[in-house]
Amino acid sequence: MPSVAALLTELGLLFLGLSLLGLLARRLGLSPIPFVLVAALALGDGGVVPLETAAPFLESAAEIGVILLLLTLGLEFTAQELFGSLRHHGPSGLVDLALNAPPGFVAGLLLGLPWEGALALAGVTWISSSGIIARLLGDLGRLANRETPAVLAVLVLEDVAMALFLPLLVVALAGGGPLQAAGGIALALTAVALVLLAAHRHGHRLGRLLAHPDDEQVLLRLLGLTLLVAGLTQALGASAAVGAFLVGIAVPPSFAERARAILSPLRDLFAATFFVAFGLATDPAEVLPVLPAVVALAAVTTLTKFGTGWFAAGRDGVGPAGRRRAGAALVARGEFSIVIAGLAVAAGLEEVGVVATGYVLVMAVAGPLLARAVDLEPRRRAPG
Amino acid sequence: MDLVETLLPGVGIRYEMSTRSGAPLAFVVRRDGAVEVSVYDAHDRDRARSAVRLDADEAATIAEVLGAPRITQRFADLSREVPGLRSARLTVEPGSPYVDRPLGDTRARTRTGCSIVAVVRGEQVVPAPSPQEVLRADDVLVVIGSGPGLDALATLLAGP
Repeated sequence: MPSVAALLTELGLLFLGLSLLGLLARRLGLSPIPFVLVAALALGDGGVVPLETAAPFLESAAEIGVILLLLTLGLEFTAQELFGSLRHHGPSGLVDLALNAPPGFVAGLLLGLPWEGALALAGVTWISSSGIIARLLGDLGRLANRETPAVLAVLVLEDVAMALFLPLLVVALAGGGPLQAAGGIALALTAVALVLLAAHRHGHRLGRLLAHPDDEQVLLRLLGLTLLVAGLTQALGASAAVGAFLVGIAVPPSFAERARAILSPLRDLFAATFFVAFGLATDPAEVLPVLPAVVALAAVTTLTKFGTGWFAAGRDGVGPAGRRRAGAALVARGEFSIVIAGLAVAAGLEEVGVVATGYVLVMAVAGPLLARAVDLEPRRRAPG
Repeated sequence: MDLVETLLPGVGIRYEMSTRSGAPLAFVVRRDGAVEVSVYDAHDRDRARSAVRLDADEAATIAEVLGAPRITQRFADLSREVPGLRSARLTVEPGSPYVDRPLGDTRARTRTGCSIVAVVRGEQVVPAPSPQEVLRADDVLVVIGSGPGLDALATLLAGP
């Protein structure tokens, strides 16, 4: 069958291309996400080289990509870290929400989106990219800085907030009223609380269930369980991503380290296909007209995110230079903005995908650049 | 000397220490065991200037050279591999009924199922202590066992 040959060739070229883009991004000290998005825009509908045969495969793979992204996010932190962040930085989390979600919502309404689309856009501007930021802090050698715990606490709170926001969004996108939306949030909150409690008390049992000396066994068991739970939550009308996140937080910390190591190559592969599929579904010709609006939104939400970091680091008694660093570090948006926009696109609101693509392109580049820039300034001024 | 411990969600733990020579020191222990040692900037006390980055095995070597408290970490690793197994450092408080009595008197193994694998006494470590080992006030017992077992042993040591 010629289509198999075409499929394999397209995928092969795609992955080789992604590898080159990744190298380029690392060389420039940036996240590969914006590069992958641009490449996918060029390959998709209305792009220069249409990638036709592989598109259906990429769409299914993208679903798994989202699930793996959220599963590894859940594996990333422990209940102890979550409660610690909530205790010290609960107000920072609220400031984060109050400053960064409304600009997206207002922009959505101004762009003529229905309120469900505006809600999705609020999520897009709200959630920073923990992937980009955690890597950035490590690369810049800022992990020991005094503002860093505040930055990480805001990220953890956003991650959990997202587990509550996604069901809300899914209910809204499905045409549910405010009552159903509140129900969705309450259900998600209960589920997260129950899973955290269960993980605390009985997490080791799940660990025992999943543990096996053989990596292949661990991979199959974990992936099987996650897809099963994700499928169930999807069938219940919540988002599959939330189910995957819940599995991630239920895995005991003792086992999470190994699970992360085993899953991470798979996550990287499928997450990349997710970004490609997202870019493919977006028509580049539609991105250009909204670009001025996107840049304005990016400018506003850069300031609001900067304010969030400034506030959070201030709570830890950090000085002005550190507060500037914290503010700039939080600016980057990336994978989770795309996840949120992806839900809206799946519900037929393609306009959200267009705006989010442009927005993430700007923010995933501007964030790391700004984070470096605020640190350069005082170094130049100080003699020697 | 104060050692301040701060949890870095998703990264690991940061320890801060103000040394007597005046240089405020920080080290970040990543979850994979890699360690970053930094010194705080004199002008911007919030900024760490990274001095040395150590991989897990390098950090372990230095820890071995410098002292024994790393033992706990080892058992933490062990308990990570065996689900349900935990390790703890329990201090024999000066008011404990087992001060100046042999370790065997606690009957820790029979009563709580916990194994006392080392006794840390100041700078000195007694690995695999025998039941005849006499406990002193402020000794730290390195113990492995189940979560409830460790709790029970802590209660036992504290006395009535």
